[in-house]
Amino acid sequence: MMRWNMKIKKLKEFLKIALNNKMALVGMVTLLFFILLAIFGPIFFPFSTMEFGEVEDILLPPSAEHLLGTDDMGRDILANLISGARISLLIGGVATAISMGIGTLIGIMSGYFGKGIDNLLMRFTDFFLVIPWLPLMMVLAAILGTSLWNIIFVIGITGWAGTARVVRSQTLSIKERQFVERTVSIGASNTHIMVHHILPNVFPLIFANTVLVAAVAIVSETTLSFLGLGDPATASWGMMLHYAFESGATSARAYWYYLPPGICVVMVVLSFTLLGYAFDEILNPKLRGR
Amino acid sequence: MHKGTIAKKLFYAFVTIMIVLVFNYILFRVLPGDPLAMMMRNPKATPEMIEGIKHFYGLDQPWHIQFFTYFKNMFAGDFGTSFVFKAPVIQVVAGRILPTVLLVGLAEIIAILVGIVIGVLAAWKRGTRLDVGTLGFSLITYSVPTFWLGMIMIVIFCVGLHLFPTSGMFTPGKSFISTGAMLHDLVKHMVLPVLTMSLVLIGEYALTMRNTLIDVLSEDYITTARAKGFRERYVLTKHALPNAMLPMITIIAINFGFIVAGAIQVETIFSWPGLGRLMYEALSARDYPLLQGIFLLVTVCVIVANVLADITYAYIDPRVKN
Amino acid sequence: MALLEVKHLKTYFDTLKGQYKAVDDVNFDLEYGEALGLVGESGCGKTTCALSIARLLPKEGKIYGGKILLEGTDMVQLSDDQIREKRWKDVSIVFQGAMNALNPVMKVGDQIAEAIMLHEKIKKEDALRRTERLFELVEMPADRIRNYPHEFSGGMKQRAMIAMALACNPKIIIGDEPTTALDVMVQAQILNLLEKLRRELNMGLILITHDLSILGETCDKIAVMYAGKIVEIGMVEDIFERTAHPYTKRLISCFPNISKDKVIPAGIEGIPQNMLEPQPGCSFYPRCHLATDLCKTEVPTSIEVGKKHFSACHRASEVLNGR
Repeated sequence: MMRWNMKIKKLKEFLKIALNNKMALVGMVTLLFFILLAIFGPIFFPFSTMEFGEVEDILLPPSAEHLLGTDDMGRDILANLISGARISLLIGGVATAISMGIGTLIGIMSGYFGKGIDNLLMRFTDFFLVIPWLPLMMVLAAILGTSLWNIIFVIGITGWAGTARVVRSQTLSIKERQFVERTVSIGASNTHIMVHHILPNVFPLIFANTVLVAAVAIVSETTLSFLGLGDPATASWGMMLHYAFESGATSARAYWYYLPPGICVVMVVLSFTLLGYAFDEILNPKLRGR
Repeated sequence: MHKGTIAKKLFYAFVTIMIVLVFNYILFRVLPGDPLAMMMRNPKATPEMIEGIKHFYGLDQPWHIQFFTYFKNMFAGDFGTSFVFKAPVIQVVAGRILPTVLLVGLAEIIAILVGIVIGVLAAWKRGTRLDVGTLGFSLITYSVPTFWLGMIMIVIFCVGLHLFPTSGMFTPGKSFISTGAMLHDLVKHMVLPVLTMSLVLIGEYALTMRNTLIDVLSEDYITTARAKGFRERYVLTKHALPNAMLPMITIIAINFGFIVAGAIQVETIFSWPGLGRLMYEALSARDYPLLQGIFLLVTVCVIVANVLADITYAYIDPRVKN
Repeated sequence: MALLEVKHLKTYFDTLKGQYKAVDDVNFDLEYGEALGLVGESGCGKTTCALSIARLLPKEGKIYGGKILLEGTDMVQLSDDQIREKRWKDVSIVFQGAMNALNPVMKVGDQIAEAIMLHEKIKKEDALRRTERLFELVEMPADRIRNYPHEFSGGMKQRAMIAMALACNPKIIIGDEPTTALDVMVQAQILNLLEKLRRELNMGLILITHDLSILGETCDKIAVMYAGKIVEIGMVEDIFERTAHPYTKRLISCFPNISKDKVIPAGIEGIPQNMLEPQPGCSFYPRCHLATDLCKTEVPTSIEVGKKHFSACHRASEVLNGR
C-alpha cells in the first residue's frame, strides 16, 4: 500500500505540472465538460431519443423548440447529441480499459518472464501491431454482430498492442533494478512481484498511454458506427453521422445534422490528443520549453 | 544488410501471414454466430451457391481435412465465390486494385513530401507562428475522423462551390473523345479523395519530422558541424536531415495500417471504386467470402510493405547495414 | 603578442527563469605551443568559456562584454561570416568523441574532408588524401577513413576526432573533456597524443576537464573555475605545490586514491550555489571551511600571490601558507 500511496502522490505532482501546461489544461477542461454532459445531460434533457417524430418534424433547421434542429426521422438533435455523449464515452472508456488491461498484462508478463514467453507474446503483439486495425475490426464486428458490447469488445481487443510494447520495455528496465532482485531473493512469488513491485512502477507510463488509446477508441467507435457496424438501438455520435450520411444530409445542406456530432467527436478526441502531447512534452525534456 | 537478417525478416513476415491465415480460418468458422450458417441463410445465396459453399469448405469432411483444404485453396488464390457479384472473389478483387493504388499512392507521396517540408520548417523555425500553426494543424487533423473530413470536403467543394464531382472515378455514362478528356475527368474526380487522404496523413508526418529533427539538432555532431564553420543551411541539409529521415521511414511503415483505414473511409464517402469501397459493400451485404478475401489481401499487403520498409531502413542506416 | 588573450569575458544565458552568468569576468592568456587546463565542477562555466572563443554558444547564450583577442583580432567583434571562417581554421574543438560528436550516418573520412574542403577550396580526392595522412598522425590505419563512427572503439573515435581537429592546421585546439568516458589506459594515450602534437605543431591547447589530476602532466598552466569565475590561475607547479585557494585545495584532495581497492574520489561536500540567485560576497563561501564575515559580504578580487599566480580569495596568503 505504501508504494501505491507514493505513486498517487507522484501522480498528484504530475497533475500539478500538467495544470500549468496550457495544452493539458484545455484538454482536461474540455474532457471534463463532456464527462459531466454524459453523466448529467440526460437528466436535464429527458427527451426520448429513439422515438421517431412526426412527418412534419423531419429535418427541421434549428429553432427555439429544437435548438439544433431535427434529423431525418424527426428526432431532436441536441437530445441525441447529449445521449450520444453518454454512449460514445461509455464505449470509449470501457474499450480503453480492456485495451489497457490486456496491454499491461501481456507487457508485464513478457518483460518479467523473458525468454520463450517473451518471444511468444511479442510475436503475438507484433501480429496485432502490423495487422490493419480497421479491416480487422470490420471483420470481427461483422461476424460477432452489431451490439453495444460487441463493439466495445472489438475495439478493446484490437487496441492493446502498442501499450504492451511500451509496458514491456519499461518492465525490462525495472526488473534490472536492485529492489526487484532483492524481493526475488527473499522468495516472493512472481505474481506478488508483478503486482506489488512492477505494476506501481509502470503505472505512470500506463496513465500517459491511456489518453492515446482512448483517443483511438473514440475514433474507432465513430468510424465503425459510420460504416454501419454500430448498435442500431443506440444513438452514439458515430451512428448519428451514419444516419446523416445515409440520408444525404450533406447534399440537403442540413448542416445542423452532420456538423454537431462530428464537432463533438473532434473535441473529445482532440482533448485526449492534447493531453497525450502535453504528457509527452512533460516526460520528454528535449521537446520541453522553447 | 546481412543476408541472414533479410532472411530472418522474411521468415517472420511469412510466419505472420500464416498466423493471419489461421486466424482468418478460426474467425470465419469457429467463432460464435457461425457465419457459415449465416452465409447459407443469406437471401442472395442460391441453392447452387450453398452447395458450392459446402463443397468449397468441405463441410462433410473431418476438421483437419477442412483445414488442409482451406490452406490449399488460399495458396491457390481460390477465395470462393462472392454472393453479391456471383463471381470468384479473386476476380472481383482484382478489378478494384488499380483505383486504390492510384488513390493511396498519390495521397501518400503528396503527404510525405508536404509533411517533411512542413516538419523541417517548423523544427528550424522553432517557436515561431509557423511552428505553432503546424502543431495545431497536426493535432487537429489527427483528431478528425477521416470520413467526417470527407463529408466536410463534399459540403464545401461540391455542394457549396460546385468545383468537383462528389463521387466515382469518371462521370457516369460519359463517353470520351480523347485520352486527354478522360484524364481531365479522372483528375477532377480524384482531387477531393486524394486531398482528404493527404490531409489526414500530412499532420502526422509533419509532427514526426518536426520532433525528430528537434531531437537531432540537439545532438553533439550538429555542434561539431557548426564548429567546423558550416552555415546553418548546410548543417541542416547535410548533417541533420539524413539522421532525421531514418525514423520517418519507420513511421511511414507503421502508417500502412492507418492508410488502409483511411482508404476504406475515403472510398466509401466518395464512392471511389477501389478495394476500400468494395470492403464496405461486402460488409453491408454481409458477403463473407468477399470480405474474407479482401481482408486477407489487405493484411498480406500491409505485412509485405512493413518488411520492405524494414529492409529499406536497414539498407540506408549504416549502423544496421554492417 | 600572445596567441590568445581573454579579457573580462562575460557570457550570460537568458533563460525563462532569469539571467544566468555562466562566465563572469574571466581573464587568461595563452602562448603558442602552450597548454592551459581549465578545471571545475560541471556547470561552473568552463565549457561556455571555451565555446565563447569560437562563438559557438546556444541560442540563449550571448557575450555581454569583454574581449577575446586571437593574434590581436577580437573574436567578439567579428561578423557571423567572419567568425565562420575562423572556426576550425583558427580554433578547432575536440568534443567528447567517444559519445556522439561524430555524425553516425557519414563516413569518418568524409566528415574530416568536408571541413578541409570548406576552408581550403581543394578537390575531394586531395582532401581525402590529407585525411589519410591525418589518421597516420594520430596513429590510426589510413584505410579506416572509410569507416563509419560505430565501427570505431571509444579511443579510436577520440583519435579520429583529434585528426578532425587538426585538419585545417588550427592555431588553438580546445579539448572539451576529451577523455571522459574512456578507460584509464586509453585516456593516457589520448592525453599523450595531444601533448605531443601541440609541441610538434606549436599550437595552443586548452584542455577542459572536471578532473584536476589529469592536468599535471599535460599542461603548463591551470585555471580553476568556480561559479563562472576563475578563482585561481597559475603554472602547474604553483597550483599543485603552492595552492592559494581553498577550492583548489579541495579539488586536489579529491584525487582518486589508486592504492586502495576501489577508486572513490573524496568529493566535495555541498553543492555549488544557485547561479540564478547569486549571493553577495564570495560564491564559494557557503562551502568554505575558512569563511569569515568578510567573505559573506565582499567579493574577493584576484590578487597576485606569486609570479603569474593569482588567487581570488580573501585568505589566499593563509591558504598558501598551509591552512
